[in-house]
Amino acid sequence: MKGMDLFSQLVYYFSHNGMYVLGQFNQTFLVSIYGVLLGAIVGIPLGIWISQYRKLSPAIIGIANVIQTIPSLAMLSILMLGLGLGQTTVIVTVFLYSLLPIIKNTYTGMISVDPDVLDAGKGMGMTRLQIMKTIRIPLSLAVIIAGIRNALVIGIGITVIGSFIGSGGLGDIIVRGTNATNGGAIILAGALPTALMAIITDLVLSFIEKRLTPKTSSER
Amino acid sequence: MLLSMEHLRKEYPNGKVAVDDFNLQVDRGEFIAFIGTSGSGKTTTMRMINRMLDQTSGTIKIDGEDISKMDPVKLRRSIGYVIQNIGLMPHMTIQENIEIVPKLLGWSKEKRNTQAHKMIELAQLPDDMLQRYPGELSGGQQQRIGVVRALAADQDIILMDEPFGALDPITRESLQSLVKRLQEDLGKTFIFVTHDMDEALRLATRVVIMSRGKQVQVDTPENILRHPANQFVTNLIGEERLIRAQPNILTVSQIMLDHPASIRPEETLKDAIDRMHDRRVDTLLVVNDQNVLQGFVDLNDINRLTDVTTPIKSFTNHDVFYVQADSLIGDTVDRILKQGVKNVPVVDKDKRLVGIVTRTALVDIVYDALKGAPESDHKPASPINADIHATATKEGGDSQQ
Repeated sequence: MKGMDLFSQLVYYFSHNGMYVLGQFNQTFLVSIYGVLLGAIVGIPLGIWISQYRKLSPAIIGIANVIQTIPSLAMLSILMLGLGLGQTTVIVTVFLYSLLPIIKNTYTGMISVDPDVLDAGKGMGMTRLQIMKTIRIPLSLAVIIAGIRNALVIGIGITVIGSFIGSGGLGDIIVRGTNATNGGAIILAGALPTALMAIITDLVLSFIEKRLTPKTSSER
Repeated sequence: MLLSMEHLRKEYPNGKVAVDDFNLQVDRGEFIAFIGTSGSGKTTTMRMINRMLDQTSGTIKIDGEDISKMDPVKLRRSIGYVIQNIGLMPHMTIQENIEIVPKLLGWSKEKRNTQAHKMIELAQLPDDMLQRYPGELSGGQQQRIGVVRALAADQDIILMDEPFGALDPITRESLQSLVKRLQEDLGKTFIFVTHDMDEALRLATRVVIMSRGKQVQVDTPENILRHPANQFVTNLIGEERLIRAQPNILTVSQIMLDHPASIRPEETLKDAIDRMHDRRVDTLLVVNDQNVLQGFVDLNDINRLTDVTTPIKSFTNHDVFYVQADSLIGDTVDRILKQGVKNVPVVDKDKRLVGIVTRTALVDIVYDALKGAPESDHKPASPINADIHATATKEGGDSQQ
């Protein structure tokens, strides 16, 4: 690879290790998705729950906030002590970090539904479940998706760091690059797809968020 | 009795009593307005009817059935509900909004669709508005939808919580007409909370005046204007509104003078002249033995005659304009003033003479009604009572500058 500039080196790396990079890309993506999905499964009901019992919200959001302040590398190390090396630990870490944005956004979305609309719904004879299904969730869905979008971007970052505890993925390529002499191109080969993944995920989810925002105008 | 509320009491856990011993019987087709200052418990009372709040004690029955034993969800579906801030679902089209309760009740799609078209027509809005979203409508149009949405499942009782409070006066008036029309045409029963006295008096068949959780007065708008129960009610109505309302609640008998100068047809011209002289009038009303009004004699007619023994009946003017004692002043004042006569005889329903209304008295009433409250130094102690007589009898009537 001597005598090539950085860009040529990068192209060279991709042309020789394309399938490998793609495999790592997929792995990183899946680990992030699993973590965030778990976060959503726990966080959304939790957010809905604390929006109904608001006295609990400072406690729950407080706990999620504390988790968020722990540096991700420290969190990975701590969890590693219990869960060992590998992807499981990383998924759990991503799950923990995705809790705060998801809970907070769900909670905010729920409580920002116009109380008059809720009063009208109840007064017209909707059950709690019907109010949830036809009023609360449709009207707060966009905000909830925004929370998931945040969580996923954070999660991708954590998954890359997770290669330190042996979860593989694009992080592996970056680590290899940092260990090699003149490994700039290798670092980029790992970092660029990571950035690309974060940006694309963000765009896709922002598109979904827009689609799920309930129509309030007939002109669209 | 469609709706009956007995000894209702609502006490909050902090010991604040919002409603105390509230009793009301509502018939089908009535339009009941709850009015009072804020914190008077009017909204609380209304919200107990569809169990948005539960009373501490007392019973509410609809068609004889105690609502506390009913499923609140089913109960609410059978009662229309309109709130001040409209509360249309922003993410549903107008049609979906109107169809909410029918859908909850499991109506078929075709039936719901038919009903939505019927309702938009009832709201006097164009049919294509059904596919629009609430955010695209003006506030007044939205509340029109809010009102017909409450009728969409053919509810008998409609609860309205200050529904027009947030609208501008012109829009409010058109919505008041809509609601009044719905009540009159469809025979729906409305329970209407408001703090606008004009609105209450205009729409309601009965007004419930509340203060600090208690009923102060429950009566028709006319009776409340005529006999405010106490100073609180008077203040709530406002002195000015009471005076302005006089033509519509005062009857002719309340402002007429008793014992008008009269004469029998058999009496002679001489008697007539003597009586005119005694009473210092220039016309006499002619009545028969049963005191039934026959006509009148005018001094101008008498002057041309010479024979003072002529009986009155030979030159009685039978073309006499008179009013009924129990008719409202508002209904008769125009006619009286247009006739251009100085005095108008007042008769009972058998056309027997009971009194006379002077033009001065009428002008005073009209003047007060147009102008509002009288000048302070001329203020009657209570605007609606016999004091009007005093004002009416004053000749000249120039006391108000």
